[in-house]
Amino acid sequence: MSFLEVKNLHVEVEDKKILNGLTLSVEKGQVAAIMGPNGSGKSTLAYVLAGKDNYKVTEGEVLLNGKNILDMAPDERAAKGVFLAFQYPVEVPGVATMTFLRTALNAQRKTRGEAEFSTPEFMKLVRDTAAHLGISQEMLRRAVNVGFSGGEKKRNEILQMAVLQPTLAVLDETDSGLDIDALKIVAEGVNRLRSPERSMVVITHYQRLLNFIVPDVVHVMAKGKVVKSGGKDLALELEAKGYAQFADEAA
Amino acid sequence: MPAVQETVEQVRRIDVDQYKYGFETKIESEKAPKGLSEDTIRFISAKKNEPEWMLAWRLEAYKRWLTMREPTWARVNYPKIDYQDYYYYSAPKRTSLKSLDEVDPEILRTYEKLGIPLREQEILAGVERGDGTRSRVAVDAVFDSVSVATTFKEELKKAGVIFMPISEAVREHPELVKKYLGSVVPTSDNFFATLNSAVFSDGSFVYVPEGVRCPMELSTYFRINEKNTGQFERTLIIADKGAYVSYLEGCTAPMRDENQLHAAVVELVALDDAEIKYSTVQNWYPGDAQGKGGIFNFVTKRGDCRGARSKISWTQVETGSAITWKYPSCILRGDNSRGEFYSIAISNGHQQVDSGTKMLHLGKNTVSRIISKGIAAGQSNNTYRGLVSAHRKAKGARNFTNCDSLLIGNKCGAHTVPYIEAKNSSATFEHEATTSKISEDMLFYCRQRGMSAEEATALVVNGFVKDVLQQLPMEFAVEAQKLISISLEGSVG
Repeated sequence: MSFLEVKNLHVEVEDKKILNGLTLSVEKGQVAAIMGPNGSGKSTLAYVLAGKDNYKVTEGEVLLNGKNILDMAPDERAAKGVFLAFQYPVEVPGVATMTFLRTALNAQRKTRGEAEFSTPEFMKLVRDTAAHLGISQEMLRRAVNVGFSGGEKKRNEILQMAVLQPTLAVLDETDSGLDIDALKIVAEGVNRLRSPERSMVVITHYQRLLNFIVPDVVHVMAKGKVVKSGGKDLALELEAKGYAQFADEAA
Repeated sequence: MPAVQETVEQVRRIDVDQYKYGFETKIESEKAPKGLSEDTIRFISAKKNEPEWMLAWRLEAYKRWLTMREPTWARVNYPKIDYQDYYYYSAPKRTSLKSLDEVDPEILRTYEKLGIPLREQEILAGVERGDGTRSRVAVDAVFDSVSVATTFKEELKKAGVIFMPISEAVREHPELVKKYLGSVVPTSDNFFATLNSAVFSDGSFVYVPEGVRCPMELSTYFRINEKNTGQFERTLIIADKGAYVSYLEGCTAPMRDENQLHAAVVELVALDDAEIKYSTVQNWYPGDAQGKGGIFNFVTKRGDCRGARSKISWTQVETGSAITWKYPSCILRGDNSRGEFYSIAISNGHQQVDSGTKMLHLGKNTVSRIISKGIAAGQSNNTYRGLVSAHRKAKGARNFTNCDSLLIGNKCGAHTVPYIEAKNSSATFEHEATTSKISEDMLFYCRQRGMSAEEATALVVNGFVKDVLQQLPMEFAVEAQKLISISLEGSVG
């Protein structure tokens, strides 16, 4: 049994069908890239895994470690280890990044029946992690994502991932809006989190990111389902030939 | 069910009845006959052993009130008030006490239940702070129409600070009361203030002499207990030259089906270089889920920066009352004086809030600052109404105003009504206003990180009100934060 199993998933958003019987398996410790043209349903998959409202599952199931998570609230899924690095991280005015992280971590620990982190323990954890990502103390005091540059927002997502230590991390177009230097920092941050205990789903439109985060497998999505799977070379092939070849296959 | 729909459903189910302070104290009380007449006023004045001048002052106000009409310009709706259907004076039977030992234990228990242990206040002399220093708060407890206890009186006296019920001050310090009472809010000021002038029952009197920094926080705790009773407290605070005082008031009431009336007047006077910081945590009973019952809160609060370089700062956290009509204001009369207004107004259920401030710049180089955060949930309406004006002679007057509104759900309303008048060309007024909704995206982001819907809302709201919470004395900031989350419980899905 794979760690994440998505079986014949059909999803509608505002009566529009986005996912059409998507089936996907991700092994424990595996980094799976998901590529595909705009509108193929990549981000929808990310949101459905995380449990966003307004995404109606009409058929199929999503098993995490053998358990169906579709009936769980987003915070329950988070406590079970699901993490989504947002394509567009949300601003939370007036709430310091440090406070946000601490509230989140302790909420998860509470749900799992674990003790809360002590302040010194927590501060040390965040400081060490932040240093690797080039995140300053000053940035940790600023309100979550407010006034952050595109690169800072994405680094902040990776910082949260590093602090929350998920078992399934879904990265939704983490490369979008990043210049090459910022991309490298983010990719290094992700690579540092690769572990036999952690599965990753890396969603991207471009092959570029996969030069830095080298995937174990690549899946190609078109029209709401996986149409082709292969090794990391599949990404290079796509880069050369484009997505047009899949337009007919999915139909 | 889509999230927005779910939120609406939740809001519909909102149980405003979770009001924590809704219990009633069973105690014998002495009341004036129901209704309002000259006789009622004579009764109140006699009960308080007032001198003749005080009675005359009241009667004049009453005559004036008879000719006045209730104001209708605020964005609030309520059934017509029958002023003859209220009791204007109610006092626990055993009063005029020398020490806390003589206070009815039932009343002491009431305050303890409210989290204000008067007895421990005196014995323990305050709570220990994080940094090891002891902070102390002197409390005046007002129960219906009378003050039942004032703590730390002796110690304050040593510092020269007068802190006592105003009814006592009328007898013991008539020269000060005569000089300042009605000097900021005249008896003819407005319908509710005039009514208060005629029938005011009790409240606090504070005088801080020249150059004295009041050694502790002063606090008054108001409780309306008796049915069909109006509370008309009157508070007068004077900071003489170079003096400083920080004062906090809190208020609660039992849950009742009828609407209780609360029409207070607060007057602050700051002379040269003096500073008064006045904080309010208002938590009157807001009514039930159907909008039945709750306090009608019509309050006139005004500070007079009478001296040069004086400063008055209003901070309020408003979560209670069915109707709130309240505009704590500053008259910036002294040159270089400064007025501040920091407000968090939360409305839920069927509450209606019309609140704001007036900053009247009269002196040169006067500065005012307004930070208002309105949060509307349920089916409530929350209006900010403010006036900033600069007189012809107020050269170099400056104001900064920031009004933010946050909507939770889609059955509530937030309204901002700023009036700005500059009568000279050297005034600089800035006004910023925003209205936002707690977005589903923001909640989802927090919940994806592991927070429950309630934790997420509390976090977002606390971020929204942070600028104002920081203005509260530390002892009360934590309490206010808790109160905010309680007020919003059940407002999100």
